[in-house]
Amino acid sequence: MAFENLTSRMQMAFRRITGKAKLTENDIEEMMKEVRLSLLEADVNYKVVKEFTSEVKAIALGEKIMKGLDPGQQVVKVVNDELVKLMGTEAVLVRFNETRPTVIMMVGLQGAGKTTTAGKLGYYLRKNHAKKPLLIAADIYRPAAIDQLITVGNQLEIPVFSLGIDVNPREIVKEGLKKANAEGFDLVIIDTAGRLHINETLMDELIDIKKIVKPDEILLTVDAMTGQDAVNVSMAFNEALEITGCILTKLDGDTRGGAALSIRKMTGIPIKFAGTGEKLTEIELFHPERMASRILGMGDVLTLIEKAQEEIDEDEAMSMMEKMMSGHFNFNDLLKQMKMIKRMGAFSGILKFLPGMSQLQNIDKVDDKQLVYVEAIIHSMTPEERKNPELISRSSSRRNRVAKGSGRSTTEVNRLIGMLDKQRDMMKRFQGMNPASIEKMGQNPTGQPSSVNKGKGKGKGGFRI
Amino acid sequence: MGIFQKLFQSKEQKLKAQKYRLGMEKTRKSMSSLKEVLTNSKKIDEALFDKLEEIFIMADIGIDTVVLFIDALRKEVSHLKIEKPIDLENIIVDKMFDLYLKGDIIDTNIRFNDSGLTLILFVGVNGTGKTTSIGKMAYKLKQEGKTVMLAAGDTFRAGAINQLKIWGDRVGCSVITKAEGSDPSSVIYDAIHEAKKQNIDVLLCDTAGRLQNKVNLMKELDKINRTIKRELPNTIYESYLVIDATTGQNGLNQAKVFKEATDISGIVLTKLDGTAKGGIVLAIRNELNIPISFVGLGEKITDLDYFDIENYIYGLFADFFE
Repeated sequence: MAFENLTSRMQMAFRRITGKAKLTENDIEEMMKEVRLSLLEADVNYKVVKEFTSEVKAIALGEKIMKGLDPGQQVVKVVNDELVKLMGTEAVLVRFNETRPTVIMMVGLQGAGKTTTAGKLGYYLRKNHAKKPLLIAADIYRPAAIDQLITVGNQLEIPVFSLGIDVNPREIVKEGLKKANAEGFDLVIIDTAGRLHINETLMDELIDIKKIVKPDEILLTVDAMTGQDAVNVSMAFNEALEITGCILTKLDGDTRGGAALSIRKMTGIPIKFAGTGEKLTEIELFHPERMASRILGMGDVLTLIEKAQEEIDEDEAMSMMEKMMSGHFNFNDLLKQMKMIKRMGAFSGILKFLPGMSQLQNIDKVDDKQLVYVEAIIHSMTPEERKNPELISRSSSRRNRVAKGSGRSTTEVNRLIGMLDKQRDMMKRFQGMNPASIEKMGQNPTGQPSSVNKGKGKGKGGFRI
Repeated sequence: MGIFQKLFQSKEQKLKAQKYRLGMEKTRKSMSSLKEVLTNSKKIDEALFDKLEEIFIMADIGIDTVVLFIDALRKEVSHLKIEKPIDLENIIVDKMFDLYLKGDIIDTNIRFNDSGLTLILFVGVNGTGKTTSIGKMAYKLKQEGKTVMLAAGDTFRAGAINQLKIWGDRVGCSVITKAEGSDPSSVIYDAIHEAKKQNIDVLLCDTAGRLQNKVNLMKELDKINRTIKRELPNTIYESYLVIDATTGQNGLNQAKVFKEATDISGIVLTKLDGTAKGGIVLAIRNELNIPISFVGLGEKITDLDYFDIENYIYGLFADFFE
């Protein structure tokens, strides 16, 4: 990984202060330095970092923190809590108009992903809110932008309204709205051209469109990889248009996405959706509390848990968790786990959510095809060996046989054994943790994600992580 | 007279450099400028170094690089026993040049093959402006008297092929395409053969945007490279990584991973006409030795320029010359 995460940074800082009964102001100062670096590495705006760390420092210096048994851990908790507070705790939905079609305007810089996201959003709101969407192609500037929207619309079976590139966007949206009203569409999503926030002519065009269509939502599309400039961009768009929300795109990359925090802190605008993949169905409600741990560089356990709940039979999952916790995790279990993961979605996406996993080398390079190879390797073992991993790790002739049988190299077999060992080891460590030290890892402090329980049957969400 | 003033004495030089500072000007309202910091500080102390750090971090120059830079500055200050903040000006500029040049002479010109076809591959994450940069570069090369052909290797994104075709029409060069969803390597294969047949000088190859952590997509790049090497043996070709100036720290990761997948020979830094400074490219140069070759400075077809470090640094500190 390019960046050390905050947890490891803080551990370094702790090492310097272990043995002390109490944290001094100096200690907190020292730790805030690490927090500061971690946030800057995540692309949080310099000014935001400055304010944030001084606020956290003030809170950490309060008596609450000094009473704790492990003050160091509590500093991390304060940082995480404050970050969550700042980001907001609940996902914010689109406001629908009750009396006429809901109108959403997509705005943003070039290349942020407006056109793709317009389609994704139409798909999402149709699927989850039973809306009948119409897309309006108002980007007449970028070559083939209209083609792109039409193709996206075709793929999702969402109608696209366009008048070509020779009509003024103001006219296009007017006509588009007429069509929506006449043909019973109850959701209109307008794709506007990407523009720089300092381009006055084009910003004026947006202001005019806003006056014409009176949108219920103006959503600023922001690339999750944006650096320090996120503040300039979001503030300028907000000043001109009073943005109602943000959509963070390309979150499936390996960026930490500090821009989210900058935007939230400097403008107060909620981030409503996240683009999480290249497929047109890959859009999610934005969960601000989870973003906090991503920015801090801590795994997003909550998302994993929610995904798992959707896709995995609960009993199966429970026994798996118990197995993992017990440390008697063998190749059969690994195979089962892989099958579950397969059902949940792309492997590489899942692993990132697991705490600690992001530290493993080349985590982003895990290939979904590897799953197939791993299966082949495990299938080439005898039932005895699968149950009893030590048999394999002790005998090189067994390893060679398995390699030959599966058509993979012995290195790969060895790597798989290493992986199993690592997992067992990690799970043992989890098991040995008390709730406080788990909190330290930045996982859900309550242990039970209450907001995640969306009534999908009793007893769901019973992961004892 | 400072090194800056000397550098930008000539009128033409100044005029050329003006372009780089268009966007930068607008940022100055929101961030403390270098000139302000240096003239308003009474002495060189930690507070001043903090402010300098802020300026560099706000320009998205990577944290590690900034830390390195500030340390070097500190050493220089104590070594030369400098006391007046304003005297830091020259040292900062000097060190900035050092950071980029690293004692090398950087030739960012396209390496043309004297006999036969020169191929240039454009890669990068989604939405950085690959297709647009190709359009602009095609125009530039045509102006320079070269014959140009485009290969629509982005067969994934909706509308990408048409986008390139429109650029081809604008510039007046042919575009080799296949149906959406085709293997990009096969498009480039076809284009190489067509270009050879037509005795084209330069073939510009578009590719789909890909996030660097998508393994299969990076492997696809590998295949494209193999195809090129097989069809154009013993020729050097440029692989340009296109980076959006608004990109933050992730730019470094992008460069690292793309460099592993394809031998990146230079960077095209796009959208520098906004308020973002694209400072991450300094970190990329510093840590990975990849130079910047071109910059995108606006929406017009002529708005692609050879990168010039002097102009870039001028853009960063433009307020010194008013």
